[in-house]
Amino acid sequence: MGNMVDYNISTLRRLLDEKEISSEELTKAYLDRITVIDPEVRAYVTVTEKEALKQATEADKIIKQGESRLLTGIPLGIKDVICTKGIPTTCSSKMLKDFRPPFNATVMERLNQQGAVMLGKLNMDEFAMGSSTENSAFFVTRNPWDLERIPGGSSGGSAAAVAAKTCVASLGSDTGGSIRQPASHCGVVGLKPTYGLVSRFGLVAFASSLDQIGPLSRCVRDAAILLEAIAGHDKRDSTSLPRPVPSLVNACGQGLKGMKVGIPKEYFIEGVQEEVVSEIQNALRVMEERGAELVDVSLPHTEYAIATYYIIATAEASSNLSRYDGVKYGFRAKNYSNLMEMYKETRAQGFGPEVKRRIMLGTYCLSAGYYDAYYKKASQVRTLIIQDYKQAFEKCDVIAAPVAPTTAFKIGEKVDDPLQMYLSDIFTIPVNLAGIPAMSIPCGFDQKGLPVGLQLMAAHLHEDVLFRAAYNVEKGLGLEAKWPKLV
Amino acid sequence: MAEITIKEVEHVAELARLRFDEQELEEFTNQLDAILKFVGKLESLDTEGVEPTYRAIEIVNCFREDEVKPSLPVEEVSANAPESDEGAFVVPRII
Repeated sequence: MGNMVDYNISTLRRLLDEKEISSEELTKAYLDRITVIDPEVRAYVTVTEKEALKQATEADKIIKQGESRLLTGIPLGIKDVICTKGIPTTCSSKMLKDFRPPFNATVMERLNQQGAVMLGKLNMDEFAMGSSTENSAFFVTRNPWDLERIPGGSSGGSAAAVAAKTCVASLGSDTGGSIRQPASHCGVVGLKPTYGLVSRFGLVAFASSLDQIGPLSRCVRDAAILLEAIAGHDKRDSTSLPRPVPSLVNACGQGLKGMKVGIPKEYFIEGVQEEVVSEIQNALRVMEERGAELVDVSLPHTEYAIATYYIIATAEASSNLSRYDGVKYGFRAKNYSNLMEMYKETRAQGFGPEVKRRIMLGTYCLSAGYYDAYYKKASQVRTLIIQDYKQAFEKCDVIAAPVAPTTAFKIGEKVDDPLQMYLSDIFTIPVNLAGIPAMSIPCGFDQKGLPVGLQLMAAHLHEDVLFRAAYNVEKGLGLEAKWPKLV
Repeated sequence: MAEITIKEVEHVAELARLRFDEQELEEFTNQLDAILKFVGKLESLDTEGVEPTYRAIEIVNCFREDEVKPSLPVEEVSANAPESDEGAFVVPRII
């Protein structure tokens, strides 16, 4: 047997159930690896060593009784935006640095029910606002493929930990691309489910009509396993869909014959890095070889998506973040002489500049005199974007596109120009506005050896189509064995 | 022409319960101005008769029965409070 940190969930399940390894050994191996590797990669905000070993011992008992489920004893990392009872949930912000939620998010309850092991909480852009994890109030996570480069964001820690093999798989959240873009930059699989498929109860809210929790993993099948475990109706989330979750693991392994793959012309434009285009075209060739048919489609309102998003998301964020007032939990400033000053000082000191920028923009767009011109207008354009996808999916089953216009840029390269940073989300944002599911899977590398991701999108609740397509691309490209050298 | 002035930024900061010093105010005004110019491109799009979408799914009015269910104990809820007193949250006097 090779190094146990190299195995995916399916292999680990077999080894654990056949008692060749124990969850305790596996968890220790991961904790040791975190000690060696994480000082370089800096994916973890909190490592929950004691709790993880306890969970592993419990898992080993369940396995011994022959009652294991797919995730029993599997060590995972969790983005620090998801509430974990009694364990710091910081959103990588000063505002919540010492916040210990009194409850578990629904996704955590579902993972705990399966006896999964949590290794720790993963770094992110503060309150999920950012595309590089440079907005973390604590430290910047590094891309395991090149430590001078960003891992992407906002789920940078979640993607980096999977790529660095300091967890088997992780959970992230995606509001405008925050799972898919870091997955692309770190060469891992990342999926944003249909809006409403995964409960948002316990997910610290950024933009409530856009946020979704999703899996990041080393292979497509692992993402399916993780998504099946966390998806499904939750009474505590009124936006949770009361529909059964289709079998996604079974979708992996079905052939591509007859699948129509839409190529949206608005996504293959100037400004996209040449190697990104060529790696994606290679992946499309693989799909054709495996029986898919490529079809031209158009998403004509794509150019308006970023503007639409930055009005809607910031408007919703300004409302969601108004709860951080120093009263019931979180940071409270020390220097105030009345309530208003307490609010202002707490928020001025507790929030970082990007968070403030978005709160300001959102507040402006919702304020009297501007609501119709900005928020209502953007919501109308949102309808047009949704219609674009409806029309495109009449001609195809899945849409293929880049995830990001470039591979991972250097740390510090875009911090001085917020607008430039926003523009890099152009290919991921429309998906959140429409609420459709989308996945990023590794499809190649540029000349510097930096990963390129292929984005696949499907219609509402058609995750099975995504997995069918993604699994075929993954097998056809055969990239699974390639990982960054860190030790 | 500027999309937003310093005075307007000060007003928005007041609404958002944020405080900025002079330098931050100027930086924010410039940045917000650039961003607002960018998002202003939506103005040129014809949306006559288009219904706004406020949520991406077809669910309305998710209610539950008006029944008392277990909730969190007061000690747990106030455990994260910067200042609390017997389950109440302590704040500066407002009256």
